[in-house]
Amino acid sequence: MEKLLDVKNLHVSFDTYGGEVKAVRGVNFDVKKGETLAIVGESGSGKSVTTKALMQLIPKPPGRIKEGEILFEGRDLAQMNEKQMQRIRGKEISMIFQDPMTSLNPTMKVGNQIMEGLIKHQKMNKSQARKRVVELLDLVGIPDAENRMKQYPHQFSGGMRQRVVVAIALACNPKLLIADEPTTALDVTIQAQILELMKDIQKKTDSATIFITHDLGVVANVADRVAVMYAGKIVEIGTVDDIFYNPKHPYTWGLLGSMPSLESSDEELFAIPGTPPDLLHPPKGDAFAARNRYAMQIDFEQEPPMFKVSDTHYASTWLLHENAPDIDPPAAVKKRMEGMANSSSHSEGERI
Amino acid sequence: MTRYIIQRLIYMVITMFLIATLTFFLMKFLPGTPLSAADKLSEEQQAVVLEKYGLNDPVPVQYFNYMTNLVQGDLGISFQFDNREVTTIIMERIGPSMQLGVQAMFIGTIIGILLGLTSAIYHNGMLDYSSTFLAVLGQSIPSFVFAGLLQFFIGVKLGWLPVALWEGWEYSILPTISLAIFPIAIAARFMRTEMLEVMGSDYIVTARAKGVNKFGVVFKHGFRNALIPLITVLGPLAVGLMTGTLVIENIFAVPGIGEQFVKAINMNDFPIIMGTTLLIAFLFIFIILVIDLLYGVIDPRIRLAEGE
Repeated sequence: MEKLLDVKNLHVSFDTYGGEVKAVRGVNFDVKKGETLAIVGESGSGKSVTTKALMQLIPKPPGRIKEGEILFEGRDLAQMNEKQMQRIRGKEISMIFQDPMTSLNPTMKVGNQIMEGLIKHQKMNKSQARKRVVELLDLVGIPDAENRMKQYPHQFSGGMRQRVVVAIALACNPKLLIADEPTTALDVTIQAQILELMKDIQKKTDSATIFITHDLGVVANVADRVAVMYAGKIVEIGTVDDIFYNPKHPYTWGLLGSMPSLESSDEELFAIPGTPPDLLHPPKGDAFAARNRYAMQIDFEQEPPMFKVSDTHYASTWLLHENAPDIDPPAAVKKRMEGMANSSSHSEGERI
Repeated sequence: MTRYIIQRLIYMVITMFLIATLTFFLMKFLPGTPLSAADKLSEEQQAVVLEKYGLNDPVPVQYFNYMTNLVQGDLGISFQFDNREVTTIIMERIGPSMQLGVQAMFIGTIIGILLGLTSAIYHNGMLDYSSTFLAVLGQSIPSFVFAGLLQFFIGVKLGWLPVALWEGWEYSILPTISLAIFPIAIAARFMRTEMLEVMGSDYIVTARAKGVNKFGVVFKHGFRNALIPLITVLGPLAVGLMTGTLVIENIFAVPGIGEQFVKAINMNDFPIIMGTTLLIAFLFIFIILVIDLLYGVIDPRIRLAEGE
């Protein structure tokens, strides 16, 4: 499939009084047309900064793209100026934000907020734009669109607001949709609704999606491929099956092991000990080494390269080196991996 | 909405009544009588004068008489100016004060907002530092210093504008500028702080992510959300400016209400003190009502639900 977005060696830093915080330290990934890439990782791993950098939405100063290329249909977004970016934002790449309570302008009618992009990018007049707004509100499942578009955000519930945010992002049929933890701020039943909506929309439009989340359950639900980020780097990337059934990086093991499941109520949850490193002074070697119980001497000295596991699956850990000892994932993770394989085949069996 | 306004108007009347009562009794505690300075009058003459103005009656009777007249729109007769009605005196004097106040507020708010916006947009740049510097200067240097400088340079040295007096529109320019300095400083500071806060909020990022340009982000999304605190401080400031500023009116020899008010207090001219206090109180209450209504216009979250 054709690559829509190709990010090469992206470095993003923030200049603070304490020094340079290296939030993203050499990230490589691509997104193909129509596919959904999930980026997972704990808070502060650089997932949001990476995607904000794609749209040049990081505040600068203090933020800056230090080096790297962001090739979007062959054009390097990292080199574009503000004017050029304004033509990309909202039209070709758009973003869905985390907290619908704060991401809508409280003093502007909902309809006008959706219309803005249409009038700017599609050169629509007011009445054309209004028609399209009604369509969009229908698409995202807001009933009574004609009247609702004349209301203000505070007249909507949290879930409804997030639908509005989705409608804003979809307004100009973007080629790439970035969803930055779109369900994190919502309660569980609404989360499910918004996820259903996102999947539905993906089917109807064929825009590619980057889905940022720290919820692996969501990943399994929506993604085609998964990138696991840790301390400003991608440590493992692969298809959903690669990551869930054949994870290679100890950090991915930790993430999977710390995910509660419905089937097994009595098992202990696996916790990753320690805290993420301080990106003001990133550690030498593998950033995860200090929290990694399988860490070897080399992990503290030299950064592991990306090892190829299969054509779709890469991981950055010395455990994949040919001289490394063979290490099985921890029992809890293994059990879970098996459980997952079983439960999915089980449900398939039921369906037939 | 109409019901809300009527309700507020009724509260206004109650508030005015309370203020009138309180001022009346406080005034009675002022040391001296209106005749303190008139030692040339004999005892009998003083008694006649006190009798004439009803000042010999017990205080509750005086209060009752005053309130009865007040309800009929009669503020009484001034003690210092023989047989002149307080209403007429205030009417004569309020014009220039109002004009200066309104002009100063108008200019002050607009320039202040522009300065504040510039600061916020070019945050930590040269323009920000210079406009913040101007704002601090305007707030810390008293207006009479500016007044003196303006008189000296523009009035005397350059001779472009009259130094003082009140004989036409051009006479209002220098006092207006002197008065406007403070609102400029206040508006600039509030606008800057609020705008910086608003520009850091999530919906500004949403707007930028839509591809809205800087101008649109600042004016369509930021400005309106930054206005509420500004209006809150500017309202009372406007009343202060409109009801006369003693110093500026004195420096420019403007026949305004501020000067009159202070003179009345020194002379124990009770009816004028009462009249002016009530006027200022009324303007305050009225402006607060206007501000409350403006909040609703600016921020739909404060707007009253239809039919409420």
